[in-house]
Amino acid sequence: MSMLHLVNKSPYERNSLDTCVGYVKAGDTLLLIEDGVYAAMSGSKAAAKLSGLDVAVLGPDLAARGIGEDRLIDGVTVVDYAGFVDLATDKDKVQSWL
Amino acid sequence: MKFTIQVNEGPYQHQASDSAYQFTKSALEKGHEIFRVFFYHDGVNNGTRLTTPPQDDRNVVRRWSELGEQYKLDLVICVAAAQRRGIVDDGEAKRNGKDATNIAPGFRISGLGQLVEGAIQAERLVVFGD
Repeated sequence: MSMLHLVNKSPYERNSLDTCVGYVKAGDTLLLIEDGVYAAMSGSKAAAKLSGLDVAVLGPDLAARGIGEDRLIDGVTVVDYAGFVDLATDKDKVQSWL
Repeated sequence: MKFTIQVNEGPYQHQASDSAYQFTKSALEKGHEIFRVFFYHDGVNNGTRLTTPPQDDRNVVRRWSELGEQYKLDLVICVAAAQRRGIVDDGEAKRNGKDATNIAPGFRISGLGQLVEGAIQAERLVVFGD
């Protein structure tokens, strides 16, 4: 049973990412959207927690915040909304960590 | 694949409605089915036709109405959340003695059972909120 985890808040604002990563299992994907994309920047306070996880980030939300893809943690995948939809269908469930 | 979308926030305080709209549009363009979009809590504010954002700003409410018309979407507003926030259709105006309505085209007001049914009938429930 695989899951797509959605985190939409910055790690500097909320602890929803912390809560989420405690539940991410092998085969799951963590997708960072909205202010959640700040966690995917190399050197962010959340960077260490993401190592070893399958992490994706929503490209339009990165662009809206002026974050270039060159500033992301190595291994993070950038997807568009179509890619977001694909992740939602590929995984068995979708969980929003609001 | 069949989706139900839940929107918990209004059009301007949070990004939730924008994200939900972009996801819904993208899913439809990829040929997926949207069983229902359920507007809950402050999300009911996405369904008032009386908003007038500046002309060079995106019109969040109209955008939902237009997507709803194009794809025959079931855009459902939670009745209890709507009553608290003054989102009114003809039935609610009559039932609660209001002198006006403000529901946007393509939306309807119904109960929480519609969310439960949406979660059961769809293969994925995707929630957008604060």
